[in-house]
Amino acid sequence: MNAHEGEPTLNEGQELPARAGEERLNSPVARKGMFGANTTGDTSGYGRLLVRRQPPKVSEPPFTDPDDPRTARFDEIADALGEALAQGPVDFDTAIERVVVDRGELTLHVRREHLVEVARRLRDDPALRFELCLGVSGVHHPDDTGRELHAAYWMRSITHNNELRLEVSCPDADPHIPSIVEVYPTNDWHEREAYDFFGIVFDGHPSLTRIEMPDDWHGHPQRKDYPLGGIPVEYRGATIPPPDERRSYT
Amino acid sequence: MSTNVTEDYIDASGGDWEEVIAAAQESGAERLVVNMGPQHPSTHGVLRLILTLDGETVTDARVGIGYLHTGIEKNMEFRTWTQGTTFVTRMDYLTPIFNETAYCLAVEKLLGITDEIPDRATVIRVLMMELNRMSSHFVAMATFGMELGATTIMTNGFREREMVLDIFELITGLRMNHGYIRPGGVAQDLPNGAINQIRELLREMPKRIQILRKLLDSNPLYLARTRDVAYLDLAGCMSLGVTGPMLRASGLGWDLRKAKPYCGYENYEFDVPVSDGCDVYARYRVRVAELEQSLRIIEQCLDRLQPGPVMVDDPKIGWPAQLTLGPDGLGNSPDHIAHIMGGSMEALIHHFKIVTEGFRVPEGQTYAAVESAKGELGCHAVSDGGTRPHRVHFRDPSFTHLQAVAAMCEGGSVADVIAAVASIDPVMGGVDR
Repeated sequence: MNAHEGEPTLNEGQELPARAGEERLNSPVARKGMFGANTTGDTSGYGRLLVRRQPPKVSEPPFTDPDDPRTARFDEIADALGEALAQGPVDFDTAIERVVVDRGELTLHVRREHLVEVARRLRDDPALRFELCLGVSGVHHPDDTGRELHAAYWMRSITHNNELRLEVSCPDADPHIPSIVEVYPTNDWHEREAYDFFGIVFDGHPSLTRIEMPDDWHGHPQRKDYPLGGIPVEYRGATIPPPDERRSYT
Repeated sequence: MSTNVTEDYIDASGGDWEEVIAAAQESGAERLVVNMGPQHPSTHGVLRLILTLDGETVTDARVGIGYLHTGIEKNMEFRTWTQGTTFVTRMDYLTPIFNETAYCLAVEKLLGITDEIPDRATVIRVLMMELNRMSSHFVAMATFGMELGATTIMTNGFREREMVLDIFELITGLRMNHGYIRPGGVAQDLPNGAINQIRELLREMPKRIQILRKLLDSNPLYLARTRDVAYLDLAGCMSLGVTGPMLRASGLGWDLRKAKPYCGYENYEFDVPVSDGCDVYARYRVRVAELEQSLRIIEQCLDRLQPGPVMVDDPKIGWPAQLTLGPDGLGNSPDHIAHIMGGSMEALIHHFKIVTEGFRVPEGQTYAAVESAKGELGCHAVSDGGTRPHRVHFRDPSFTHLQAVAAMCEGGSVADVIAAVASIDPVMGGVDR
């Protein structure tokens, strides 16, 4: 039997079909069709299927979920960071765009101009003490217009045994993020790596050069728009396209 | 470091040596810039050290990497989540099990099935990781011995490692690049005879470690080459992001297995060896003590092993085919083939779909870290909801640790550079990925 016994639950606004549908239609399309084929006709009948992306997650305080022990200290961390930032020129809401709690991980989306200030507070404030930065990982989201390039920093506090992620984004047209090497010298090579692979320019880095690719290499290979190329394989007239041009399920 | 630029520059990279020598004798140049590597036996692969020498003293040490970059992270974006295992295992080829575990923990966290991994699979993972820690530490010590000119240490170290690799071969079918740990569990259960062989190792290995300790612990030559060499204190380690045995050799007992337990490490009894020597010798002592702790953990794993499944109970994630060990090695299971080819059409469809398409992973990102033999090995995995990773990034400990070469070597002698690099125990496959 249905849980609602046939009575509509009108008081819960977000369950109204019109509103849920509107939200979904505003999200960008993640994939089309059923089988990833876009060169040949799709006879499956699912050719016009549109799968939309989830809207970006935003978590509101409290960040601690009593049912999830992994999130136990998230409120503490956020409050401590708020207090630490209040001593400086920017406050929490100016520096942090949004907070996401997902899968027991705390992510602070930092506005890029305040990254160094936030990193310094995270490292130096006695209530935070994130002594260890585990490098930066670049991510390219071509669909995320205006914030295509993301840089994710994983931070670890040994004193308090806490972890959190800082995430900064910048547009492809202006791929600049301030360097935090002066705060965390370990990020020297990590930032060079993110520059090499994504073309993110870390302003203030002591020597931002390529690290993995040859110095005279063109382009930044981990970007999604970087063609894969590959060696043309021919067998009886048929050629094998590079992996990014093959039919796929995604 | 002397910064005065000499006017004359002599290129000694080839040509007529008579001319080079004559030019060098004429000039007043004192600094010598030497490329050590990338093809130098003591650089653990293809590491290039650019050393500026003033006599025997290193005034400037720079590290050039990238010679072994194979685009593993990029490649993974064009393979299914399960296929990713076969790529990550090849990164740091001396710690394949750690690479696989870090990756699988990240994928499982994205899928939200961390708590559903069967106990037996988790215990096997711990068992394999600790065996792998031993094999990696043996190579670290063996190559270090060889670089100092002590070939007995090298042959002993590789002999000891062989015992571990034999077990790996029995369990996974391969000595390296196993692809054994998969999202959801492990590829297959322990074969017959594996437990006995591990028990044999537990009996034999303490003696072997004693021999190694007798050779090295108070060997005057070894002490002279390692004591107070490549000094890096706790503050240096923290700011350079150094973790693992190097951090523990600078006095901080930080171990992810204790601090952020994963795979049920909180249920095992073991100690975290710490030394405050901050030098090459301290790092050796930490490693050799970790060997003994790994043996303790392996013993507890054997006691904990209970019969049960080794793959998550979700046919939409678990690999459909079970492998069997035949007379010609690990291969397809005849029972499974008979089932899908002769028994059930649905099973065939399911097999085809999950093997070719894979499974979808909900959108999001995650970071999972394990305490590898070298330090914190982290995996940052991003999914866009598809059957392939949107991005996978590995924070390889060797990559981070090589940054410390300048801090450890500048001001020391050339011979100590060898000891310093060896004490980092870098593997270029992991550094360059």
